Amino acid sequence: MRQLTVISGKGGTGKTTLTSSFAALAENATIADCDVDAANMHLLLQPEIIKTYDFTALPTAVIHPEQCTGCGICVDHCRFGAIKEGFEIDPYICEGCGVCEYVCPVDAVTMEYNKCGEAYESKTRFGPLVHAKLGIGEEAGGKLVTLVREIAEEVAQKNNCDTIIIDGPPGTGCSVIAALTGVDIALVVTEPTVAGIHDLKRVIEVAEHFDIPSLVCINKSDINDSKRREIETFCTQKGIRIAGEIPYDTTPTEAMVKGKTIVEYTDNSFAKCVIEVWEKVKEEMGS
Amino acid sequence: MKITVASGKGGTGKTTVAVNFFLSVPKISLLDCDVEEPNSNLFLHNDLEKVKDVTIPVPVIDEQKCEHCGKCADFCNYNALAALPQKVMVFSDLCHGCGGCSLVCPNDAISETGRSIGDIERSFSGKFHTGLLNIGEAMASPLIKELKTYAGENTVIMDAPPGTACPMITTVEDTDYCILVTEPTPFGLNDLKLAAEVVREMKIPAGVIINRAGVGDGGVEEYCHQTGLPIIMEIPYDRRIAVAYSEGIPFVETMPQWKEKFLQMFETIKEAVR
Repeated sequence: MRQLTVISGKGGTGKTTLTSSFAALAENATIADCDVDAANMHLLLQPEIIKTYDFTALPTAVIHPEQCTGCGICVDHCRFGAIKEGFEIDPYICEGCGVCEYVCPVDAVTMEYNKCGEAYESKTRFGPLVHAKLGIGEEAGGKLVTLVREIAEEVAQKNNCDTIIIDGPPGTGCSVIAALTGVDIALVVTEPTVAGIHDLKRVIEVAEHFDIPSLVCINKSDINDSKRREIETFCTQKGIRIAGEIPYDTTPTEAMVKGKTIVEYTDNSFAKCVIEVWEKVKEEMGS
Repeated sequence: MKITVASGKGGTGKTTVAVNFFLSVPKISLLDCDVEEPNSNLFLHNDLEKVKDVTIPVPVIDEQKCEHCGKCADFCNYNALAALPQKVMVFSDLCHGCGGCSLVCPNDAISETGRSIGDIERSFSGKFHTGLLNIGEAMASPLIKELKTYAGENTVIMDAPPGTACPMITTVEDTDYCILVTEPTPFGLNDLKLAAEVVREMKIPAGVIINRAGVGDGGVEEYCHQTGLPIIMEIPYDRRIAVAYSEGIPFVETMPQWKEKFLQMFETIKEAVR
């Protein structure tokens, strides 16, 4: 089974636009939406949820006021500053380490596990989709990404899928690392802008750090010719293949408003570019 | 006053808004809290100097004293320690630096050392600070927290990371106003709802900037009207803005009439915070 992750460093470069089209084009793939923080794939694929998994990551400290003597030892030991005035825990700041529970001399603190997200196994018109929703302000996005990928692997096996297509999160942190580790190839979507190039370089470094071979796709390629050439030069120097270029166009927005993937919405030149990228990616994956 | 610029989704124009706001309003400063991908300085072109190497404390085991009882590993909720019969292994990438392991160690075998997670840099004027997370580093929040200590006394704009998870929360926490940047599309609306829910729960007053106004559908406007979220600015879908952006040019420089609009928006924000 082959796994492809689509990443970008920068947000808004068109990861989901591409990945959803790949979902439509792939014959035998499981799709995993690993942008758990701002999942969008469901808006295009309209999944029918067949199984829901609760996600519990780290506990949160709770101080019971009837037992608390207000000695302040917990405040002194909390390195995250999560214990507010009146000995109340700020659940957004608490990292669930359990130090306050450990140091409390009167056992006034308990660590409580709450559900902080859900993962879903779904059916779509293009095959299985695994996606998730992280609770607002929850951390451990990386762990939820790992859960989505574990479920996706099971689902792919069950459905005899030969490929897993992963829509990754933006950035270079926790969730991106979880979406990248152990995949066969990363497709990096970039745009010819100063920010796009900056983030491309950072995310390529992340892929290299984890030994994942990458391919690049230049979106909005006609917005700035000299920046486009800069990307090409960078990729040539790095020995990274360019899978294709996609012009600056309103097609993705029009398709999105209709709730369709590009390749369903139109067969214009824009769609042809997307298909070409998919062909190159398939070739690179050796399938 | 502390104003955050957040969005839920990436690529909606947070940095564009933060930078142009910063350049339009006198006597304010800017913090780029999107430490995974800090882009503000690509538009400001400041020479930067490093002011701090940010570290988090991670455990060091003294094997002379350690009896491999495993209490440290049992305590660690992040699986950053593994107690083997002959040795305790430390996975410092997973460590959050809570200090619990050294507290529970019965033999006083655990001390701590600093592990670098990234840098804080500033412009020579001191009005701009940015954080840069090390490549391969998962923990953005401690760096953002440290960066926020450089906010200073004046009004400060903070460019937040995308999403609604911990790095975004760390940035938005304790600020006076949150600008939510979105685009008028179904994706934009979906992510705006998530971000709006966060600021509502954190009880931070907020307003919406619709970027690329004119594309998409009317869903975002409808949502704002229904939930009483004020729309404080609309930036049109304009290829000229996209081209200036691609070159790293803030659009208030090519279209100076926009400075006035940012100043007006600042007045609106001050009014809402009061």
